[in-house]
Amino acid sequence: MQTPAPCEYSRATSVDDAIAQLQALGGNARILAGGYSLIPMMKLRLANPGHVIDINPLESELNYIRQEGNEIRIGALTRHVNMLESDLLSQVFPHIFREAEAVLADPVVRNRGTMGGSLCQSDPAEDLSGVVVALKGEAVLRGPGGAERVVGMEEFHLGPYMTSVQPTEMLIEVRIPTHSGFGGAHEKVERRAGDFAIVAASAALAIEGGRITFAGVACSAVGPTTLHIERAEKALVGQAPSEDLFAQCGQMAAADCSPNSDGRGPADYKRHVAGVLTTRALSRAAATAVS
Amino acid sequence: MSTVEVPPTKHVGQSLRRKEDPRLITGRATYVDDLALPGMLHAAVVRSPEAHARVVAIDASAALARPGIKAVYTGEDMSDLLAPLPMAWAPPGVEIKTPERWPLVRGHVRHMGDAVALVIGDDKYVVVDAAADVEVEYESLPVVIDVEQALKDEVLVHASLGTNKTHEWSMGGGGDIEQALAASDVVVQRRIVNHRTAGAAMEPRGCIAEYRAGALTVWSSTQVPHLLRLFYAVQMGISEDKVRVIAPEVGGGFGGKLQVCAEETMCAWASRKLGRPVKWIETRSENMAVSHHGRDQVDYVRMGATADGKITAFHAKIIQDLGAYFGLLTPMIPELGAFVMTGCYAIPVVQTDIVGVLTNKFFTDAIRGAGRPEMTHMLEVMIDQLAEELGIDPIELRRRNFIAPEQFPYETPYGITYDSGNYEAALDRALEIVDMEAFRAEQADLRSRGVLRGIGFSTYTEICGLAPSRAVGPSGFGLGIGLYESALVRVHPTGSVTVYTGASPHGQGHETGFAQIVADRVGTDPSVVEIVHGDTATGPMGLGTYGSRSLSVGGVAVAHAAEKIAQKAREIVAHNLEADPADIEVRDGRFSLKGDPDQGMTLAEVAGCAYVDATKMPEGMELGLEQALIYDPSNFVFPFGTHVCVVDVDPETGKVEVVRWVAVDDCGPAVNPMLIDGQVHGGIVHGIGQAIYEQVVYDERGQLVTGTFVDYALPTTMEVPSFETDRTETKSPSNSLGVKGIGEAGTIAATPAIVNAVIDALRHEGISFIDMPLTPLRVWQALEQARGDGNGPRDSEQGASLPAQGEGSAGSGPTIPEGGRS
Ligand SMILES: Cc1cc2nc3c(=O)[nH]c(=O)nc-3n(C[C@H](O)[C@H](O)[C@H](O)COP(=O)(O)OP(=O)(O)OC[C@H]3O[C@@H](n4cnc5c(N)ncnc54)[C@H](O)[C@@H]3O)c2cc1C
Repeated sequence: MQTPAPCEYSRATSVDDAIAQLQALGGNARILAGGYSLIPMMKLRLANPGHVIDINPLESELNYIRQEGNEIRIGALTRHVNMLESDLLSQVFPHIFREAEAVLADPVVRNRGTMGGSLCQSDPAEDLSGVVVALKGEAVLRGPGGAERVVGMEEFHLGPYMTSVQPTEMLIEVRIPTHSGFGGAHEKVERRAGDFAIVAASAALAIEGGRITFAGVACSAVGPTTLHIERAEKALVGQAPSEDLFAQCGQMAAADCSPNSDGRGPADYKRHVAGVLTTRALSRAAATAVS
Repeated sequence: MSTVEVPPTKHVGQSLRRKEDPRLITGRATYVDDLALPGMLHAAVVRSPEAHARVVAIDASAALARPGIKAVYTGEDMSDLLAPLPMAWAPPGVEIKTPERWPLVRGHVRHMGDAVALVIGDDKYVVVDAAADVEVEYESLPVVIDVEQALKDEVLVHASLGTNKTHEWSMGGGGDIEQALAASDVVVQRRIVNHRTAGAAMEPRGCIAEYRAGALTVWSSTQVPHLLRLFYAVQMGISEDKVRVIAPEVGGGFGGKLQVCAEETMCAWASRKLGRPVKWIETRSENMAVSHHGRDQVDYVRMGATADGKITAFHAKIIQDLGAYFGLLTPMIPELGAFVMTGCYAIPVVQTDIVGVLTNKFFTDAIRGAGRPEMTHMLEVMIDQLAEELGIDPIELRRRNFIAPEQFPYETPYGITYDSGNYEAALDRALEIVDMEAFRAEQADLRSRGVLRGIGFSTYTEICGLAPSRAVGPSGFGLGIGLYESALVRVHPTGSVTVYTGASPHGQGHETGFAQIVADRVGTDPSVVEIVHGDTATGPMGLGTYGSRSLSVGGVAVAHAAEKIAQKAREIVAHNLEADPADIEVRDGRFSLKGDPDQGMTLAEVAGCAYVDATKMPEGMELGLEQALIYDPSNFVFPFGTHVCVVDVDPETGKVEVVRWVAVDDCGPAVNPMLIDGQVHGGIVHGIGQAIYEQVVYDERGQLVTGTFVDYALPTTMEVPSFETDRTETKSPSNSLGVKGIGEAGTIAATPAIVNAVIDALRHEGISFIDMPLTPLRVWQALEQARGDGNGPRDSEQGASLPAQGEGSAGSGPTIPEGGRS
């Protein structure tokens, strides 16, 4: 099947208008951002919304990357290409965004696909979600009447293609805390360029005075969501960076992840790769940390 | 062999930019899907989700109730078709059990995607929805997917045949193979799996059929318009003169459009039934499932040699996975490979035993090289395996066995005559570019830093230029029709030229290369030579484009026709200059007097005599300047060369990256070096695709796991290095241009070079053999095994042969929880 089922289409005039439309349509509608996940699923009839609400008219409201205090704020409609090319992001979070965005899909997808779409798709193989999880970002959700709530990634991603965004809510922004002494990296093994990961690992470290003060480790495609490797994070904080430590963290990632066997490989292979990539990402993150 | 004197060349040999590109890259080309006819209806096909089942009942009432739906047809409705879909190979003396294949199934489905019903309506989206409304009741039958399992005949794909084994075909020569192997100092034996791949042309298949006033016109994305005309006439009982087939712009074929497609016959039939044009455009999902696949063989190979490295015998037993039916050439594919089983080597005793086996998958047929890539893969991988066994350098082993330049024309033990070759020259040139000493130093240095780099060679020759008619036709190899090619060269009154060719390009660049050939011969510029192709109403019978035949058969036909025009022009010019025709030559774009170039006439002036002022024509000469002919060459052509691949392997993840590629190909004198490079580049990418990334996978229930480009990994520009190509030029004595085919050479040469390179990178890790596709998983598993970590059975051992079933494949978004809005 490569033809979507018939559906209605409307354009949003503002975030609040989009939410009002969601409310009026009562769960039968979906937000259309870049469309690179939603439209293929509709064509394969894996998604059959009765109505799509196009939020692309909301560029000026929702496409931004800015720093506010100790936070970077990224609007939901910020395109992959904007994140790939952002000087601010690569200054505050060197390597990690750029590396993930450079291997995410292809230029055509990156020109339209968005931060909001990536997170809300909740595909466990997403590269960008891995990065946001590693950086311990938070999602700002807005509902009817302008009510906003802020949720961490653990709470946000409930499972494959499932999030805690309510039928009448929209993701509007992602907030990421900044750190001094930051170093990050994204590692991915995919079958070919532009393909979803067989496994990917994102590592974020802050190193001050020779000690790790912040650690975030996430793996993609080895669990029901992009996984936080909590044990590794705990093991890292307070320690001096070392290859041995990173190798141990790799082992923890391999042990703690929960991959499925599928067309991209059997579970034991993915586990092994999760370990290798976690170690590699951590060691590069440490090497590039701005001291 | 006619040895027409070749005029001094000007355009031939130049890298003229492709004449077809401006319209292609500015979106001005017309593909089938760009066409719309008044009153046109649209078709969608109801396809089986089951791999093997009895069709109990079909209920189309809901579909018919949808607004805009005109009809729903089943196999029974089409029982007035006069012939099933064709299989065109009947080798004398071989019994082949051919399963009947009708456009729509008659009672049973035998592979996932088998066509059960045809829905016709007036909107292309409505027919898709209606097709989903057609309710088909199936009674599931057991399924057999593995080809060696199928050989046991426990589950029959076609019960009426009584077996899954459709035929056995053996070809041997030079002596008794068992004796020769027994007498060898060493025998190396391997099981090599050449897995199933897709053609994956950028433009899927598609057609519009219009039956009007007793005549049928079909616009089809095809490589073989004339063959389609013939088969439509036979299937539908329409006389051939009332059938016209037009191939508009065709966006790639790779063999996938060398087919008489079920859907196109359905549309033709439905158009006659409804009296309106019917369009069908294949979706990518259909393209992956029901456009024929390629390869899919299990090969048991034995190679014998003397201790000092002389190959004494080579035997291949090929178990061919046919799929559930025969396409146009399905059972013939491995045989094509057998013809070049000896490759570049003087192997005295050879034998090929082929067994054709039906399974519940879509049928395989000619794709990307057809037969020859599989055979070349076996041979070139085995040469390296033998080299290791003997402790001889693989390059040296090749040299010791090459057929020497002075041995041509060389008759192989199969009785095939190689036209010409100079294998060492191509190898030497490749080695010059590569610099082995520097490579080995670099390899050692990288290895000390944890990067595993390897180099692999493939020195190939192949058989192409499909023709000559006597050899391949009904009384020869057994094809249902001889293979020749036609040309018609028509000079217009103002001197511009239209050339009709029976070849049917779909990306190769005929419009440029053929124009160069003609321009040189008739003294004009390629820009005013228009090449028309792909329309049965415009020129003589033609056989189409496949098997790297267009230049060495179709191009030579065009050259001969142009030479006859030139001869007539010389006589006209001589008459007007009161000179001897033998003293007239083509020079600087004019017909002029030898030694006195100021005296002469342009082609336009000659055309003026032929069409405008008959008094300027020689006495008794027919007016006009036009020549049609059919050319049938005396032999095949055998291009050859050396491909060298350098890979890096990540020992921890198993990922293979091709970092360098050197290709030295010899296809005779170059008509247009840039077109050759394009063909070689594309061919190598196909080879890299098969060797590392691509594999069509069915699960044990016969469900296609690789049904989209998310699951089927095609390589992109990111996966291939910048190719280093060069050429040697050894003329073929088989045609007056001296040319050989180049369309498939890259894909034929490539895969063994990659496998040999990966083995070279991993040999010190204890890996001496590995099969394609060299996915990260496959390589990692091999490394794990070599490292001898024997922790009992692992998930990956199942995963190795069978990536699991769609479920959970990350990113393909297979399960969307109902109601859960993300
Ligand atoms: C060929 C291809 C290759 C790809 N390769 C990769 C890859 O290598 N790595 C990778 O990580 N990803 C990959 N992707 C996925 C890609 O990143 C996503 O398709 C894209 O980023 C999703 O963003 P979008 O804006 O297009 O989302 P859409 O398709 O518009 O939306 C996706 C989902 O999110 C919902 N949604 C969108 N925005 C909001 C919002 N603001 N609030 C609430 N819900 C919202 C939609 O309703 C929908 O359910 C690939 C995609 C394609 C097509």
